[in-house]
Amino acid sequence: MNDSHGLPGEPEPFDRGVNPPPIQGRGLVSIDGALALIAVLLVVQMWLLTAALESFLAGHDEGALPATLISGAIAAAVVALYLFVSAVDAEVRRR
Amino acid sequence: MKWLFGRRRDTPLWRDEFAISTADERYVNRRQFAKFLVLTSVGMFVGNAWILLRSWWRGEPVFLPATVGRVSELPVGGVKLFNYPGERDACILVRLAEDRFVAYSQKCTHLSCAVYYAREKGRLECPCHEGYFAIEDGSVLQGPPPRPLPKVVVERRGDDLIATAVYVRPQGTPA
Repeated sequence: MNDSHGLPGEPEPFDRGVNPPPIQGRGLVSIDGALALIAVLLVVQMWLLTAALESFLAGHDEGALPATLISGAIAAAVVALYLFVSAVDAEVRRR
Repeated sequence: MKWLFGRRRDTPLWRDEFAISTADERYVNRRQFAKFLVLTSVGMFVGNAWILLRSWWRGEPVFLPATVGRVSELPVGGVKLFNYPGERDACILVRLAEDRFVAYSQKCTHLSCAVYYAREKGRLECPCHEGYFAIEDGSVLQGPPPRPLPKVVVERRGDDLIATAVYVRPQGTPA
């Protein structure tokens, strides 16, 4: 039975979070924090989309523009956080 | 014959042929998860932009006279559904008396659910959030609808019932 998850010598995928080296541990904390922030922003964006759709279906157009601007700002923040995650990930792997 | 004799005795044949671990297949790392979240966020922004474009391009409807029913086919208290002014604009026509017809948009002004005529209560009802409208003028009786139902102007010409316009009453306007 083949129970290995990768090539010989490569760390097991499920063991990456167990007892990581200090630098990697700090990187993981940063990444997890950024992911949590992204999740919170997504919840806000989901609420915004729902409210804008309800308003549109009710015949009100005045809320569509602010909702789109705020949603775009949130999307930009999410992309920035993703770039941060990628940079931290690359930095940790490089060290 | 290697596939038969070359494997270990305790390994089933199907695992030799499908040597993919389910755990590996379902494993999602942080980077993949972050990409998924970013795509979701961009998708919701696109949704908001689509709503904005639709609200900008919501054109003024053109009202052309159209026959929506016949007097002879609609008994007193009867209901007929029709579309006016466009194919997607559902409306409801009710014959209240021998010579009295009323017609409204069938879309509830709250969230566009279809209203129906509750004959025994003499009102139009939206089943989604219990919004009630007066059958006489379309005004809001109770519930979350913010404004009266748009009224379709119906004229009787002989046996024909002809819709000629839709009167949209803004929020707060008395019916």
